[in-house]
Amino acid sequence: MRVTVIDYKAGNLTSVLKALRHLGAETVVTDGDLSLIESAERIVLPGVGHFAATERLDSTGITGAIRAAIAHGVPFLGICVGMQWLYAGSSEAPGQPGLGHFSELCTHFAESTEKVPHVGWNSLEVKSGSRLLAGVAPGEFVYFTHSFKGPVTADTAATSFYIEPFAAAVERGNVMGTQFHPEKSGETGLKILRNFLAWKARED
Amino acid sequence: MLTKRIIACLDVHAGRVVKGVQFVDLVDAGDPATQAARHAREGADEIVLLDITATHEARQTLLDTVRRTARELFVPFCVGGGIRALSDAEAVFEAGADKVSVNSAALKDPTLIEAIGRSFGAQAVVVAIDAKRDPSAADPVHDAQVYLQGGRKLAGRRVVEWAREAEQRGAGEILLTSMDSDGTRAGFDCELTAAVSEAVGIPVIASGGAGTVDHFTDVFGRGKADAALAASIFHFGISSARSLKQELAQAGVSVRLPC
Repeated sequence: MRVTVIDYKAGNLTSVLKALRHLGAETVVTDGDLSLIESAERIVLPGVGHFAATERLDSTGITGAIRAAIAHGVPFLGICVGMQWLYAGSSEAPGQPGLGHFSELCTHFAESTEKVPHVGWNSLEVKSGSRLLAGVAPGEFVYFTHSFKGPVTADTAATSFYIEPFAAAVERGNVMGTQFHPEKSGETGLKILRNFLAWKARED
Repeated sequence: MLTKRIIACLDVHAGRVVKGVQFVDLVDAGDPATQAARHAREGADEIVLLDITATHEARQTLLDTVRRTARELFVPFCVGGGIRALSDAEAVFEAGADKVSVNSAALKDPTLIEAIGRSFGAQAVVVAIDAKRDPSAADPVHDAQVYLQGGRKLAGRRVVEWAREAEQRGAGEILLTSMDSDGTRAGFDCELTAAVSEAVGIPVIASGGAGTVDHFTDVFGRGKADAALAASIFHFGISSARSLKQELAQAGVSVRLPC
C-alpha cells in the first residue's frame, strides 16, 4: 500500500511517516508534485499549527488535486488541522477557505475556566458504523493537542468532550479525519491507521 | 474526559539514562530507547528525554539517541537539552521528536520560542523552567527564581513572570522543575506549581520530587498540575506508570486506563 503524505510546511511529518511505515505502508511525500496525488492509493494530510498555513495547499494546486482524487474514490485522511481543512473553514483564519467537503466551520473552544489548548489523552465515543474507528471500544483514549474544533454533525464518527462535545473524528465515504493524533495515540491510534490502510470501497 | 498525564522522564548523559539528586551525583539507569519503550508499554502517557549535559560535541550522539528512541514510540515524545537555535530544534524534530523543550537558550533569547512555534506549531514548544524558591524573599513561592544551565546559574527572572512571558510568546506547555524537590522523592512543590498553573492558560507539567502515589494526587489536586513528570520512581522498578495510574484512579484522579 502506497500512501501519499502531503507536506505543506506546517510542522513535522516524521511521526506520521514513522507510524505508517511501522504498519507496512510505503510512503511518499509531496509538497507540490501533483502527479503523486493523482497516482495516490491513499492520501494523508497531517497538520499542526495554524489553519492559515493551509493556504499553501491552494497556491500549489494541491487542493484541486486532492478534490479530484477524492472524487475518484481515493481514501483520504486528514489529521488535526488536516481534518479541520475538510470543513468550509475555521475561525482561526477567516479569510482562508477549507476544502468544504463538510459544510460547517471549525471554531475555537468556548470561553471557560478550562485551559485551552486541549492537550492530552481524552476518551472517544464512537458512532456505530464508523469504518475508520472499527474495533475502537467506547472510552478508549487518544492524544489531542488543539484549540479549534469541528462541530458534532451527522458526519461525526466519534465525539469527545472538553468544555463541550466536539468532533473527534469525521467520516463520510472515502473522506475521513481525526482531530486527535493517531500516530501518537498508542495501540488505539495504530488500530485506526490500520483501518485506514485497509479501507476498501464498498461493492454495493 | 481529559486525563492527567503521567510523563516518564529520561535524563540522558552521553547517550545513557542517568539520575541524580538535585542535579548532581549521577547514577547510570540504562539505555534510552529501551527505557522509553518500556515506559510506553507500561502505561506512560508521554516520554520526555532531557539531554542534561548537551555539549556541542554530544549533539550527534543525542540525535542518534532520539532517532533510535523515536523509532518504535507511538506516544508523544519531547526532547530537551541544548536546543539553542531553530536549527537545533529542526534537527531534533527531523530525528523524530514531537515537541522540544527549551530552557537556557529561551531565557537568553525569548524570540526562540516564537521562531520554533512559527515553524512547528505552539504545541511543539515546551518551555522548561528550573525553579528554586527564594527563602530570603517576602513571598518565597511567588518570588521563586529561575535558574539556567542545568540549575547552575541564576537567571535573574521570577518563575511566575517568566512562565507568563513564555505563554505570550507562544509556548504550548510549561515544564516546571522544582530544584528544591528534584531527586528527593519527598513530593512535588505544589505551592509553586499551583502559582504557575494559575498564572498561565497553557498546561503545566510538574517535575521534581515524585516519590509516592500521594505526591501525584497532591500535585494534580492542590498543585493544579495538568501533567506530572517522574523519573526515579520508575527507573529502578519501584513502580510502573500503569500501577501508579491504577492507584491514582482509586484516589479519584482521572487517568488513561486501561493503558
